[in-house]
Amino acid sequence: MTELPADVPRSNGELLFEFPWESRAFGLAVALADSGALEWDDFRAELVKAIGERDPETPYRYYEYWLIALERALVSVGVLDTSALSASVRSLMDHPEH
Amino acid sequence: MSDDAELRARVKALESLLVERGLIGADTVDDIVEVYESEIGPLLGAKVVAKAWVDPDFKERLLSDATAACAELGIGGLQGEHLVAVENTDTVHNVVVCTLCSCYPWPVLGIPPNWYKSPEYRARMVAEPRQVLAQDFALPLGEDVEIRVQDSSAEIRYFTVPQRPAGTEGWDEERLASVVTRESMVGVAVL
Repeated sequence: MTELPADVPRSNGELLFEFPWESRAFGLAVALADSGALEWDDFRAELVKAIGERDPETPYRYYEYWLIALERALVSVGVLDTSALSASVRSLMDHPEH
Repeated sequence: MSDDAELRARVKALESLLVERGLIGADTVDDIVEVYESEIGPLLGAKVVAKAWVDPDFKERLLSDATAACAELGIGGLQGEHLVAVENTDTVHNVVVCTLCSCYPWPVLGIPPNWYKSPEYRARMVAEPRQVLAQDFALPLGEDVEIRVQDSSAEIRYFTVPQRPAGTEGWDEERLASVVTRESMVGVAVL
């Protein structure tokens, strides 16, 4: 089996999020669970699925699976629809300064 | 795999749509991230452990219903509904993992570190805990110590109550809490 990541910490002081978008994705899921818009168990089921579907050859990026799970969970309960989401992503990618 | 520009845009799109539809406020995510980055973390778990060390009645309540015992100290919230505290002793060492994703006792330990979420930790800690503890965490345990791997889930979020270190007799709770580490409460370290 493969080795654990080299950054196995021995103290309490390492970074929790590698990129700012990771903490936003984290906060979004927590906010929606707090408000009741999202059932945590539904989100978790999607997270387990997204992690299970990953290609083992690619680097493990936990918050990417987290984001996939959040998008799917919101679409499946009908809070968002895929087309609105992708239109918004396209527009942000075309105009990143927004 | 998506690149970071795309991931950034996807998160931003999601947040904008949710704010537009009134499902979250404009500052909600900022506030939550701030709380989790600065207020909720292993220091809270350390308080719980230190109290358990000095107060046998509290320890009994903690081991029988950790969610209720933590609530006595004002500790609780999301992912804290099903906390279970397990005690490490001379003969039993508990170590916590979540094999399916990354369930973790947020109210007492905060956000899980990267290694806890890694596929290697999740797979190997279950398959060969003694070797992982010895090799990856520099924690060789004697053959007479039984290792119990506690697999967390949506229903149960484990954390361990480490053994109180020798030489701390007479310390007050605050001083005791200062020596309790996150790793000791996951069970990948002893004190």
